[in-house]
Amino acid sequence: MSDTTASAAPPRRRLNLHVLGPVLALVALIVLGASLNANFLGYGNVTNVLARSAFIGIIAVGMTFVITAGGIDLSVGSMAAFVAGVMIMAMNAMIPTLGVGVPLILAGMCVALLAGLAAGLLNGFLISKVGIEAFIVTLGSMGIYRSLVTWLADGGTLSLDFAARGFYRPVYYDGLLGVSWPIIVFAIVAVLGELTMRHTPFGRHCAALGANEQVAKYSAVKVDRVRMGTYVLLGMLVGLATIMYVPRLGSASGSTGTLWELEAIAAVIIGGTVLKGGFGRVWGTVVGVLILSLIDNILNLASIVSPYLNGAIQGVIVILAVVLQREGKSAD
Amino acid sequence: MGAAVTAILSAQQIIRRFGPIQVLHGVDFDLVPGQVHALIGENGAGKSTMMKILGGYLAPSEGQLFLDGQPVQFSDQKQAEAQGLLMIHQEFNLALQLTVEENIFLGRERMRGPFLDHKAMQDEARALLVRLNCHVDPRSRIRDLSVPNRQMVEIARALGRNARVLIMDEPTAVLTNRETDILLEQIDRLRESGTAILYTSHKLDEIRRIADRVTVLRDGRHILTRDAAGFTEDAMATAMVGRELSDLFPAKPVPQDEVVLKVENLSVPGRVRDASFTLRRGEVLGFAGLVGAGRTELMEGIVGLRPASGKVAVLGKPLKPGSVLAAREAGLVYLTEDRKDKGLLLGKNLTENLTLLALDRFGTVRIDKSAEDAALTTAIHDFDIRVNDRAMAAGSLSGGNQQKLLLAKTMLAEPEIVIIDEPTRGIDIGTKQQIYDFIAALAARGKSVIVVSSELPEVIGLAARVIVMGRGHIAGELSGTAISEDAILRLAMGVGAERETA
Ligand SMILES: Nc1ncnc2c1ncn2[C@@H]1O[C@H](COP(=O)(O)OP(=O)(O)OP(=O)(O)O)[C@@H](O)[C@H]1O
Ligand SMILES: [Mg+2]
Repeated sequence: MSDTTASAAPPRRRLNLHVLGPVLALVALIVLGASLNANFLGYGNVTNVLARSAFIGIIAVGMTFVITAGGIDLSVGSMAAFVAGVMIMAMNAMIPTLGVGVPLILAGMCVALLAGLAAGLLNGFLISKVGIEAFIVTLGSMGIYRSLVTWLADGGTLSLDFAARGFYRPVYYDGLLGVSWPIIVFAIVAVLGELTMRHTPFGRHCAALGANEQVAKYSAVKVDRVRMGTYVLLGMLVGLATIMYVPRLGSASGSTGTLWELEAIAAVIIGGTVLKGGFGRVWGTVVGVLILSLIDNILNLASIVSPYLNGAIQGVIVILAVVLQREGKSAD
Repeated sequence: MGAAVTAILSAQQIIRRFGPIQVLHGVDFDLVPGQVHALIGENGAGKSTMMKILGGYLAPSEGQLFLDGQPVQFSDQKQAEAQGLLMIHQEFNLALQLTVEENIFLGRERMRGPFLDHKAMQDEARALLVRLNCHVDPRSRIRDLSVPNRQMVEIARALGRNARVLIMDEPTAVLTNRETDILLEQIDRLRESGTAILYTSHKLDEIRRIADRVTVLRDGRHILTRDAAGFTEDAMATAMVGRELSDLFPAKPVPQDEVVLKVENLSVPGRVRDASFTLRRGEVLGFAGLVGAGRTELMEGIVGLRPASGKVAVLGKPLKPGSVLAAREAGLVYLTEDRKDKGLLLGKNLTENLTLLALDRFGTVRIDKSAEDAALTTAIHDFDIRVNDRAMAAGSLSGGNQQKLLLAKTMLAEPEIVIIDEPTRGIDIGTKQQIYDFIAALAARGKSVIVVSSELPEVIGLAARVIVMGRGHIAGELSGTAISEDAILRLAMGVGAERETA
């Protein structure tokens, strides 16, 4: 085609439901919440909602990469519980040598990140090198981690030493300029995640791999390494989420992080990432996480619908999101 | 024309738009029982679009279809199929995970009581494939079949449905001469039994052999419809392109002495045994052979896409086995014959496809989007890719333009050695010439090219030296004036001398 057409500015894409849907839903929820309860937009409630979203949010950002690359990870909830358990035990064990102070907290954080990394590596290795289906591998590791943490806690609760807990608490409850740390970390992870997905070769390779593995392979993409990378990244983000989570309660048990995997996957899907892989967007995932937390929050604040129906409403939203996405596509 | 009276399927003033872009501008067309009507035109002329409209896959934006003289509208392709209209797509439409038999009977499975009648389906599938002289087991999975065999399965599926109208979009693009002959015989039989056939191909000699009538499209406009008798290949090409075409093949470049690629005793388990050859700087080396001869497998083994044993040296240095990336970094790239499944991400936009192979050239940490954009502009210009919209998905390009995009993607890696598997599959004659010129220019610039092709004229016209493969090993080599269709075929079938040189 001639140069004139080639160099002309690319035509503006029509804003379609596919892009706008999740954002509109979020806005609608905010408007609904504000109209139902005057405190909804208050500082306390907003901080509370965002801080609680942060754990799932950090994990969901990692999940976005896994799903975009055509994978799935069902083990993140139990992995978080396991990492929390290991972290608490390690910190308790290190108190005699390190004492209660910054070194102990840093050591505990390192343990959590390493444990997450190891867990992600194991999933990634079994999936990309041994070649077992992601669904099967992570279904297996989901059970393994869950049972390991229950075993470590001997069926009860693993608690962080009281003094250490007091020292660690600010990591969840304090913050910078009135914004609590989990929110700050979530925001940084989300921004880096979005940049990685859209602007780096790794993000591009994830999408290529999810869209068509053969094409990726023929295009000199290190398919195994990229796939492994997504699980390792997710594992480390689970570690990071755990670092933010442990100071909140200071304990872990067999029921820590239950159903987090489903919430994370739901957030990713609501955000417009394609479950089959090939296309992902991190900002959408962030919107998805916020939508899920807001539903929960609104049900708790306004007593119109029972909070017990939370799961049902979230389920409807997930299905609706996928239906809307499909409409957006066929309208093209 | 009398045809309008007896036409089984006809179209009047068909207009089709994709978004704001109009690709068909009021095309008339008709199909008569017992006739082969060929539709020809350049890449992107709108042939596939027209065929999809006739086959019920796409609805026209304006205009009317008539079936047996009555206006019809198909809401989907199933409805068209129920009326006896069947289409074989340019791109495969098979379920890769299913077996041959399951594909052939997909959607009209034979039943025995409440259960599938596997035996009946297998027998019938086998019979259909035998008609096509294609000896694959009906129980094998499509993903394990070669590209031509997949095409034969696709054709068998259409044959099995006793179509009144059979629409074939470049069925021979992936076939070799022998298979093409078989297909054309089958078309003859169908024509005699009164089927109306719509056929398109970029191989004009086939059109000469098979067509009763020819319609030429150019840029979505109906140029002419006439009887095939007396319509020469040159006249067809001129009508398609809108100008006279000069010599199809450029002068053959003269290779230098330096050996850039040395392959020794390369074996790909089960596919290729003990292949050894060399490639020199500035050489265009042809690889010919029948389907299943192992040419693609050999090339995939060389670049690390398949497990292989043996030695490969690029520019004197041994190549790390099993790594496509290492091969690319050494300057060796392979352009696949299977552009839909292995070459392009059809759902992704042009830029992402273009830069995928050489993405590290656009930044190791952050991708430089403006450089990517500039690369697309250059590629569109250099390879003359006809795009409607720079943001379109690669899968919306016409087949030939997809091939050009794939070529552009491969060349973006700036290779020293390019292996091109079926370089002009599905490409129109004008573009073919462009690609031939391009290959010759590459060689003249000191790059080396291996051309794997099932089109003998292409190998003969381009390469100064031709290696012929048969049944998984190198059967012989021809060079200079010893290269001829006869000599190649003799070697490919296992008769004739080991090495002939002029
Ligand atoms: N889904 C689509 N969206 C946008 N444009 C499309 C779509 N499908 C086809 N086109 C455009 O319509 C034009 C005609 O395409 P078509 O596939 O019919 O060409 P063709 O004659 O079959 O070419 P080829 O010989 O390369 O197969 C091209 O410019 C193509 O880019
Ligand atoms: Mg076409």
